[in-house]
Amino acid sequence: MIPELGTFATILALCLSLILSVVPMIGAYTGNKLWVDYARPLAKGVFFFLSVALVILGYAFLTDDFSVTYVAQGSNYNTPWYFKISAIWGGHEGSLLLWVWIQAFWTLAVAVKSKNLPIDIVGRVLAVMGMITAAFLLFILFTSSPFDRLLPNSPAQGADLNPLLQDFGLIVHPPALYMGYVGLSVAFSFAIAALLSGRLDAAWARWSRPWTNVAWAFLTLGIALGSWWAYYELGWGGWWFWDPVENASLMPWLVATALIHSLAVTEKRGVFKSWTVLLAISAFCLSLLGTFLVRSGVLTSVHAFATDPERGVFILGMLIFVIGGSLLLYAIRAGSVKSESTFALSSRESMLLVNNIIFTVACAMVLIGTLYPLVMDALDLGKISVGPPYFNALFVPMMSLMVIFLGIAAFSRWKETPTQLYISKLWLPAVLAVVAAVVTHWIYSQSIEPWVLLALVLSYWIVFTWGREFISRLRNRDDMITGFTKQSRSYYGMMLAHLGVAVMIVGVAMVTVFVEHRDARMAPGDQIEFRGYTFIFDGAREVQGPNYTSDMARVRVLRDGVPYREMFPEKRMYTARGMVMTQVALQPGFTRDLYIAMGEELENGAWAMRLQFKPFVRWIWLGALFMTAGAMLAASDPRYRKQAKRDAAQRQLVTE
Amino acid sequence: MRKFWMFTPFVAFMVMGVFLFKGLFMDPSKLPSALIDRPFPSFSLPSLYQPDQIMTELDFKGEIALLNVWATWCPTCKDEHEQLNKIGLEEGIPIYGLNYKDDPQLARAWLERYKDPYSKVVVDRDGRLGLDLGVYGAPETYIIDQHGIIRYRHVGEVTEKVWQQLKGLMEIIATEEDV
Repeated sequence: MIPELGTFATILALCLSLILSVVPMIGAYTGNKLWVDYARPLAKGVFFFLSVALVILGYAFLTDDFSVTYVAQGSNYNTPWYFKISAIWGGHEGSLLLWVWIQAFWTLAVAVKSKNLPIDIVGRVLAVMGMITAAFLLFILFTSSPFDRLLPNSPAQGADLNPLLQDFGLIVHPPALYMGYVGLSVAFSFAIAALLSGRLDAAWARWSRPWTNVAWAFLTLGIALGSWWAYYELGWGGWWFWDPVENASLMPWLVATALIHSLAVTEKRGVFKSWTVLLAISAFCLSLLGTFLVRSGVLTSVHAFATDPERGVFILGMLIFVIGGSLLLYAIRAGSVKSESTFALSSRESMLLVNNIIFTVACAMVLIGTLYPLVMDALDLGKISVGPPYFNALFVPMMSLMVIFLGIAAFSRWKETPTQLYISKLWLPAVLAVVAAVVTHWIYSQSIEPWVLLALVLSYWIVFTWGREFISRLRNRDDMITGFTKQSRSYYGMMLAHLGVAVMIVGVAMVTVFVEHRDARMAPGDQIEFRGYTFIFDGAREVQGPNYTSDMARVRVLRDGVPYREMFPEKRMYTARGMVMTQVALQPGFTRDLYIAMGEELENGAWAMRLQFKPFVRWIWLGALFMTAGAMLAASDPRYRKQAKRDAAQRQLVTE
Repeated sequence: MRKFWMFTPFVAFMVMGVFLFKGLFMDPSKLPSALIDRPFPSFSLPSLYQPDQIMTELDFKGEIALLNVWATWCPTCKDEHEQLNKIGLEEGIPIYGLNYKDDPQLARAWLERYKDPYSKVVVDRDGRLGLDLGVYGAPETYIIDQHGIIRYRHVGEVTEKVWQQLKGLMEIIATEEDV
């Protein structure tokens, strides 16, 4: 009975979202304020019913209701309660429900947080978001309902959640990633609303900026969590694989990165308006495309867990409708937009344009690399696989170029920047970056690796150029303290995010070049020494977990001969699925991780062990966290709220 | 003119849509290699059974055989292992293994536990050979003829149905070589 209520709640949410996508839109066109006013309560209603559906699905998992197919596939009596909850989004149907719930959440957030916006804009934005919600709900109800039953022969025991997914990383990775994916629908809806209303002014850019920053922050966090999860859970210590599913999340990220920079230009200077709209549309469309690629099985990938042509056709139809429709609207409406100001070739506008070009081209590269095998095949030109070498060969130079401009841009000014100014400000950071990079590199390894050197030069370049810019800002004030406090939150947010880029580059280069590992047969008492650490294997014993049995080894670690840590890698056998999983033991550190994975049991209590030394690997995710925090800080800048109030007041004056 | 350009994103997307639609109805498991009818890429990598013995592409010459790319981290490899046992151990077809981006110790233990259908296994730890071969993901299975030329590529699990197809192809290759 309860699961049927879940279906019922989903249907009600669908009905409300259909009304939401029609009524306020008509109201906005006919000037019927009453109809537009329906938008906010409807958004709340959709969110309420989807929350009910999500809670019911959670309840079905917690009460082990194996008559529900989705529960029987993804849970088990012995699954711990927190994994029963995360099992809600452990499969196709549930992760779609989570997707659409998050969409409803963002719609609600816009409805609540838009007090200062003109009501007709709010109506249009919420209506567009309602359309997206409705499309996904139709997809869920017609092709992938998580509430479908296995009756009358319901199993007595469930199949358990895939052990790979029984992990903290999976509890948090999909919700964060979806918050990002779906959050881009806000900027998208604002863009569509602006196109529909024909008022493509700087105001829409200002309204969308905080939303886009928050969405981008979540997207960054989600991708980083996914990479971190792959690193410690998959057991072979890599952190990025250029897998199609990873690419699907990277593409919207790249375009969203271009978008947050382009929005800044549009808001401040009123240029690039139609370009920014196109980016806002593309960013969300790419997250839809990502969903399509992952869910439809169009590309073979390690993680595509639902492959079904019927679902694929449905999503493709939806894509054609949403993406095709919005691009058509763009083509018709955006052509007549005029720029509000002009700028010189050497200016901050151009710098941000370079940023936009680099990120868009990078995204196009990833898109081509991901779809190329498919296109070749469809044209009968043979099938070709594109692997990491392609992506690395393109990405490293693109991102190096991006970082060089990131440094130069620190001293650019709006409208026009004299070339003289660049030279006078930049030579010192450039020299310092090279010197500091060589020195640090030599101190670390007493050798010079070209890629590490390049990475260090680029990182120091960011730090020194932006550091110098920061100091000159402080000097403009009477004393340092007011200098510190007078800078806006969005300024500090930007600095933090750019610093994150520098930190991440160090991590990527160091772990790629200086990683070291040993594979060995270790009997109790055996020891292995490398990189100043001694690993002593004390043997393994059997341990009983809630839904697995495990062989847990104890490895004592000495640093320079002094006892340092004990590490406990495990080999788990998950009983329900009969799957064996390696549980890695990690000793995380700021400058290096120690990583121990257990292999198979050999004779006489000996085990195959894989020991890895991973220098600076944390910096990759630390950099991403800096970017996330930076974007959040920028989004919380009170100036957006103040400006929105001013805009509203101004409109009031105009209409009166 | 400007008006015209505004349509490019729309047109580009529609073209992409056509390909995506076609892609939906293509069989993702039939992914011929770029190396079809080319010699097996050269390599020198250790054998799984005797790590101090180095194998090269010459080891894959001499008879028509299957080459199976597998790894212990790949769940589908486990699903197809039973079928490989049947092909290798019961039907006596030579299967070369390419242990892809894997831990050799895990791999040896796996073969001990689930039986070993392979006649030779080469260890491609960093995936270099897989890269040269254009491996998309594990498992993949190739047909290599007696001259060491790659003749066919199958991506994904080898089921009984796939095996019958591969077997047919191997028979055709055998007859053409008699001529």
